[in-house]
Amino acid sequence: MSATTTNLNNKANGNSAPPVRKRNSLAKGKLPKWAIWAIAAGSIVLGAAASTLTGFNVASFAIYSAIIFLIAASVITTVVEGKRRGKNAMWTYLIYAAFIVALIPLASVLYTVLQKGLPGINSHFLFSSMNGVTGAVDNQTVANGEPVIGGAYHAVMGTLLITLWATLISVPVGMLTAVYLVEYGQGKALSKAITFFVDVMTGIPSIVAGLFAAALFGIILGPNARMGIVAAVALSVLMIPTVVRSTEEMLKIVPNELREASFALGVRRWRTILKVVIPTAISGIASGVTLAIARVIGETAPILVTAGIASNINLNVFANWMSTLPTFIYYQILTPTSPTNVDPSVQRAWAAALLLILMVMALNLIARLVASIFAPKKGR
Amino acid sequence: MTTNALTSKSSTSGRAGDKIFSGAALAAGVLILVTLFAVAVFLLIQALPTFFADPAKVSGGQGFFAYIWPIVIGTIIAAAIALLVATPIGIGVALFISHFAPRKVAGPLGYLIDLLAAIPSVIYGAWGYMVLAPALVPGYEWLAQYLGFIPIFEGPASQTGKTMLTAGIVLAVMVLPIITSLSREIFLQTPKLHEEAALALGATRWEMITTAVIPFARPGIISAVMLGLGRALGETMAVALVLSTGNLIPSLIKTGNQTIAAEIALNFPEAFGLRLSELIAAGLVLFLITLLVNMIARGIIARHKEFSGAN
Repeated sequence: MSATTTNLNNKANGNSAPPVRKRNSLAKGKLPKWAIWAIAAGSIVLGAAASTLTGFNVASFAIYSAIIFLIAASVITTVVEGKRRGKNAMWTYLIYAAFIVALIPLASVLYTVLQKGLPGINSHFLFSSMNGVTGAVDNQTVANGEPVIGGAYHAVMGTLLITLWATLISVPVGMLTAVYLVEYGQGKALSKAITFFVDVMTGIPSIVAGLFAAALFGIILGPNARMGIVAAVALSVLMIPTVVRSTEEMLKIVPNELREASFALGVRRWRTILKVVIPTAISGIASGVTLAIARVIGETAPILVTAGIASNINLNVFANWMSTLPTFIYYQILTPTSPTNVDPSVQRAWAAALLLILMVMALNLIARLVASIFAPKKGR
Repeated sequence: MTTNALTSKSSTSGRAGDKIFSGAALAAGVLILVTLFAVAVFLLIQALPTFFADPAKVSGGQGFFAYIWPIVIGTIIAAAIALLVATPIGIGVALFISHFAPRKVAGPLGYLIDLLAAIPSVIYGAWGYMVLAPALVPGYEWLAQYLGFIPIFEGPASQTGKTMLTAGIVLAVMVLPIITSLSREIFLQTPKLHEEAALALGATRWEMITTAVIPFARPGIISAVMLGLGRALGETMAVALVLSTGNLIPSLIKTGNQTIAAEIALNFPEAFGLRLSELIAAGLVLFLITLLVNMIARGIIARHKEFSGAN
């Protein structure tokens, strides 16, 4: 092994002359384990000092410390362990840094939603609508220091109803398409086309899906036909591809032996699919559908252009405008109920955001539980 | 008797059931193709009036092309910022989870990053509007002061922080999980023998990654970035909430610029007549751009299907 490394070193140096007895790079000094912590501590001190010079704040402190650590650790490793290991160390720290940087927005978003949303969650918020809550009401509550009036009940109901209708449309279409792709269409040109366009559909911008539903119903019912069902159609355009993909994946892993055994007993194909194939894969399908719901429940843009915005409770998806939690958040932030006292609106927006995040997280959790508890039986 | 009942049942209801079921499955599949086609057709029908309207009546007064051009550029700028920020970080995170993190924690950490994808876009918008934008103001002032000679950092910086750069950063956060999860899948599929061969030849971990993992995963990374691009181009709420819109300007730290998706979301609720048709035409342009990007990405994935897990 030492011979190999010596050769490598020679090659790297372009030496073809008789080998100079150099120190083997494997035996060369390695940084002791504590060294890296020492460098880290030193960088934090230096970072604090550098940050204080320019007016101390946490962001600049973190950035300076990280840069100093990165340079110091790479240079010291290069000096002690050699150029290749130095490079390795530098990239390792950069990759760790990338991960930490990626976590910052997640932590910040979750913290903000919890911190600003929790004070607004109470039974009044959950069970009353914005009906009759005007700027004057907000101004008065702020002036008198009273608790905020007005809640998101109408938006919660709107979200649930529109998502329910979208699910009712997407699940049959999506599952039947997946059945066609896996059970009937293997290798046919049509099924290849469907697979390709389902993939393409996954990438349709949500606002375009909303515009499509608006344009479709606009041609049928005249312009400005905005109601819950239009939004549900828009959401199903976004949801169907997800349902197709996940169902297809699940149907594919159902072992062929099960189908063949059923056929051998003289069972018809459609009964085999309904009684053998789908029950085997049902947990995966259910978890895929739940994830698809979680994906569309937070969509804002398509609702904005299809269901409008309402402040009263509307439980009929076939008439009148409807609010959902995302559009409620959007309008409370962008056009506060009272332009002079925005605090009540901001509080309502964050409380609604907390509700929405809880819904999405719960759906994700349910999907994971369903998938892991009833994991599909794989062939052997 | 029993055999008769069995055969008769099977031959009548069974055959019909087969026909109905396969017919329904086929119909559902065709419906999807029809829907995608209908998206294009209905958008086109509703958009047509704009293309034949008197140029003076279109917003801006110089015809549709002059109206759409700046916001197409704005959309591309926002997506470009998002990708410039998200691609290196996303690939770094994917490498961290696939090759650097201890195996026991790699799974949960991956789930943590997937959580980023689960947060609804309007919440990112609200976060960008209320937390990120104010937090970035000092940074923008610094940029305007020291790097102001570069056109994209030309001052004076926005005092609210609601600029193109902020919108791009919020978009980057939303694109990051897409790039990460797709590239992670591909990194994990690198043949173990290639990696072990590299390590056995004395390569450091980083050398192993550059010689064995990256070349294997390159098409997958490209398509992951393209899919992220598709998402960034079409994302609406983050930009609608975070950006204070204005005319097309080169500076990224001043109020200004606009993207197609945000233009539609901000104006559609009050639009009627020609304005409505204009916005739908803008939606059509966005649809075509994202369709193109996604088709290229899917094409790359399909060509390398045997390697990649991104399908």
